[in-house]
Amino acid sequence: MAAKQKKRYVMVIDTLLCIGCGDCVVACKMENEVPDGLSRDWVVEEVQGEFPNLHVEYRSERCNHCSNPPCVYACPTGASFIDEDSNITLVDPELCTGCKSCVAACPYDARFIMPEGYVSKCTFCMHRVNDGEDPACVSVCPTHCMYFGDLNDPESEVSQLLKQRQHKTIAPETGTDPNIFYLT
Amino acid sequence: MEEQIITGKLNPHIDPVLAVWEWQIPVYLFLGGLTAGLLILGAISVLRRESSPTVLKLQVAVPVILAVGMFALFLDLAYKVHVFRFYTAFEPTAPMSWGSWILLLVVPANLLLIAGTMHQAWPRAYDWVQGRNWGERLTAFAERRLRPVAWGGIVMGVALGIYTGILLSAYGARPFWNTSILGPIFLVSGLSSAAALTQWVSRSEREQARYTRLDVGLILVEVALLGLMLIGMVSGPLQQQRAADLVLGGELTVFFWVFVVMLGLLLPVFLEVIHLRGKHFPRFLAPAFILAGGLIFRFFIVEAGQLTTWIPY
Repeated sequence: MAAKQKKRYVMVIDTLLCIGCGDCVVACKMENEVPDGLSRDWVVEEVQGEFPNLHVEYRSERCNHCSNPPCVYACPTGASFIDEDSNITLVDPELCTGCKSCVAACPYDARFIMPEGYVSKCTFCMHRVNDGEDPACVSVCPTHCMYFGDLNDPESEVSQLLKQRQHKTIAPETGTDPNIFYLT
Repeated sequence: MEEQIITGKLNPHIDPVLAVWEWQIPVYLFLGGLTAGLLILGAISVLRRESSPTVLKLQVAVPVILAVGMFALFLDLAYKVHVFRFYTAFEPTAPMSWGSWILLLVVPANLLLIAGTMHQAWPRAYDWVQGRNWGERLTAFAERRLRPVAWGGIVMGVALGIYTGILLSAYGARPFWNTSILGPIFLVSGLSSAAALTQWVSRSEREQARYTRLDVGLILVEVALLGLMLIGMVSGPLQQQRAADLVLGGELTVFFWVFVVMLGLLLPVFLEVIHLRGKHFPRFLAPAFILAGGLIFRFFIVEAGQLTTWIPY
């Protein structure tokens, strides 16, 4: 029997469809019971150019679940780790000391400290993904600009989109090999 | 023109700029450096067979200084009940994990140095210890192996001193920290602080002069290393150039040049030089400036690193 292929979950976000409504932010907070004042995802509105020649790009951003994650390498206790069946980067609160080393190591500032003291961040809604569902942010997007899937499956929608469309990642020069792609 | 508006992201201590490490980390880095410096100077004194009782006497302060530093580190932890987790794992890619274990190994290295030099540094305590079976065995063990003990002290001191800098320089996400020269700078700064403390508490003029001369050399090396760090940053990639701007006209310019460079390095080295030339002024002045400068330097570095990032939001 062939060995089960490891998944590489990625998120693909179409910046040409995103209107910056923030539904993804609200859905994440509700699904993951993120405490008030904290957020696992956010929306960036980037305006470039001189009036009237302006270009606006909306991006829904979160932890990039990097394939080369500096947060995992910086964690002194193994609390930050990559799930062995996928590339999803997670935090085990039972191992976390709240030293904030991972927070300093993340170039995306995607991690934060929970009121209890441990570090938290986007999990790609792993509990939903394990049940075969999309992450909450993807499932509520009213413009259907967000896609989630396995990049190691060449037939998946995300693989096809990245083959067909121009795309970018955020700050690839940091060498983190991010797994959130933006269609441009 | 480029404008960015961020919606839904205002995590405390993360946004708008990173501020996760406050006073506890600079205090810990300073006391860790001082510990490393004292351990190294004590060990060198043994290897050179110098009659420097002060630096050997000061070895008993090392566990206290280290304990205060580690307590500051403990206060920084957001999830304090899990502090023991540092010692249920060793993560080779994480400098903080190396640091946790180095801190643990510094203690026996220091205790052996104390035991091996107790007859010279603390003769009355030595006599008392000789009356105890464990004490007699421990001091005899350390005295018989005094050179390996001293070398162990140097290795652990250098490891601790460099680690305090490597801890920060390993964070590629923070351009101001991301320079490997931070390790040597922190080590030299720790040695300088230890030499300053030794000359301060010493009652022997010969010893004071010896550690003052040493301190002058160490401060000049530190100034040179800081200069090299800035040259490396301004001639580096864009993110490091922007990081260097913090002290070249940016918001930490006055803090760096006035408090770190002038009051923390140049003024005390000037005072030390004129002291060596026979001019007399309050003896505590230069060491006090050096020790305060070492602490302020750590505050500066910790703050500067957190202010610099790859992404401007």
